[in-house]
Amino acid sequence: MTTLADPIQTGTTPSPPPRRSHRRRSFGYPRKGSVWSYGALLAVVAGSVFPLYWSIVVSSQTSDAVTKVPPALVPGGHLFDNIARVFDTTDFGRALVNSFIVSGSITVSVVFFSTLAGFAFAKLRFRGRKALLVVAIATSMVPHQLGIIPLYILMADLGWTGRLTAVIVPGLVTAFGVFFMTQYLGRAVPDELLEAGRVDGSSTFGLYWHIVLPAARPAAAVLGLFTFMQAWNDFFWPLVVLQNNATVQVALSALASGYTTDYTLTLTGTLLATLPILVVFMLLGRHLVDGIMQGAVKG
Amino acid sequence: MATYLHQARRAGLSRLDTKGSPYLYILPFFLLFGAFGLFPLLYTAYVSFNDWDLLDSGSHRWVGLANYREMLQDAYFWNALGNTLSIWVLSTVPQLLAALWIAHLLNHRLRARTALRMGVLLPNVTSIVAVTIVFTQLFGRDFGMVNWALGLVGIGPIDWQANTWSSHLAISFIVAWRWTGYNALIYLASMQAIPHHLYEAADLDGASQAQQFRRITVPMLRPTIIFTTVISTIGGLQIMAEPLLFASSQTPTGGSDRQFQTVALFMYEQGFREFRFGYASAVAWTLCLVIAIFAIINFLLTRRIAKDED
Repeated sequence: MTTLADPIQTGTTPSPPPRRSHRRRSFGYPRKGSVWSYGALLAVVAGSVFPLYWSIVVSSQTSDAVTKVPPALVPGGHLFDNIARVFDTTDFGRALVNSFIVSGSITVSVVFFSTLAGFAFAKLRFRGRKALLVVAIATSMVPHQLGIIPLYILMADLGWTGRLTAVIVPGLVTAFGVFFMTQYLGRAVPDELLEAGRVDGSSTFGLYWHIVLPAARPAAAVLGLFTFMQAWNDFFWPLVVLQNNATVQVALSALASGYTTDYTLTLTGTLLATLPILVVFMLLGRHLVDGIMQGAVKG
Repeated sequence: MATYLHQARRAGLSRLDTKGSPYLYILPFFLLFGAFGLFPLLYTAYVSFNDWDLLDSGSHRWVGLANYREMLQDAYFWNALGNTLSIWVLSTVPQLLAALWIAHLLNHRLRARTALRMGVLLPNVTSIVAVTIVFTQLFGRDFGMVNWALGLVGIGPIDWQANTWSSHLAISFIVAWRWTGYNALIYLASMQAIPHHLYEAADLDGASQAQQFRRITVPMLRPTIIFTTVISTIGGLQIMAEPLLFASSQTPTGGSDRQFQTVALFMYEQGFREFRFGYASAVAWTLCLVIAIFAIINFLLTRRIAKDED
């Protein structure tokens, strides 16, 4: 919990203070990276990227490439044939659409409700505020995965099994989101600004809409990014409850099942399922890095 | 007079707004979380005291502790618990050590700092399904690259799925690969908070870099190290997707001899293959308690160490 207590700084992109001094002191801290540390880091990054690179290699080759010894190491020219084959084999298009619907709705909802609750916890005075906040934070530690059996019973009673609502509704709020926004808004919105708004006759919701929401944008972006990735990658619950109306991860696991797996097909699917996340990560990943380094984002 | 009444009403409304509306703002969270997060978890306890068959919809019979009694005598449960702890240790210990080392490397003045950090974090944003599928191919017995590479140094092809030790090793590797970079960034953030004068003083005393790492960096990181251990405990003991997908047949038994079935996977098997909801709930609740016990032990440990440093 100690590292969670560090709130994000105000401002656009929260980042650690610059440590580089203008003069190149040989003595400065942190120390200058040696050739050795660059080499080791590059090796680590190569190891991080390799599985992704490998799936590009396999998915751009013909099916026999995956059984070649020694293995093929450069991409070929059959990527689009394989992609077409994935869409012929399963309803991957529908799975992609499903995943966009699920992840999109969950992201918008989590950001909205977290900002709303975070505003109340950080900036409004009311009875039981502290106790309720503690409850909200404590619940973020609960292993939800273990509640799936009653959750399934509940969904069956509601008639939601096999429908996207069964995945969307339980994801609409997260304890982590509330905690995250409470931390941020406590710092980012000056009390004087809210007082001034009140004097001008603004209602509480008016304050939220006109002052808090705009101020919350940088943190909302990080929370949204994080939420979208989690929702997109979620597997266990959609597998249990969606059955034939699969999201991308479930469709992917179906593609890989069977006693003889067609790995060219499967790894092409893997690439397709990872691509949206990869694009988002390339564009906004540095904010995610900053968010984790503030100690605020937990997996 | 009319204006006065109007003003009074407005004041009343505005009081209602300031006193009452905060509850309205936090209500959606507590309502949704209560209904779909907390209630299912508590209801698990109730279901676990029943003989509850999914197929025979809704019909259930109170059986008291029978499910728990059966579980304690179920060799499959104990097997799954052993596998879970083994995979947890095998993935967590090397993962956190590697993370510490990577954080140390990143804690230099570096060019392309952001790119390197993103590169390290990349495994964590790819999905468990994608990662496990790719690694299952790489760990393939006949055409996997891991066996090909081992073959170059004269180690015969390993059937990674077939044995207990090899399957635990492979699954732990997959888990560790996905989480090492994330933990490295957490450590890096803590390392940056260590006061520089400690290192300056050590330099003057002629301490080597390795000594400084062992005597300054690691002790200063202790609370963070224990925090990451807690988080890895909560996550690691729930592992389920990796062993499910590591078996190419994707049967939830975790291999032909259950050699890599985890407790969470055992719960899934009992619930959604055998349709024994009551029994599966007993397993879930037990796992929940195991996780809680580990988490509390770690929390107390954290507090004690934090106190020692004051």
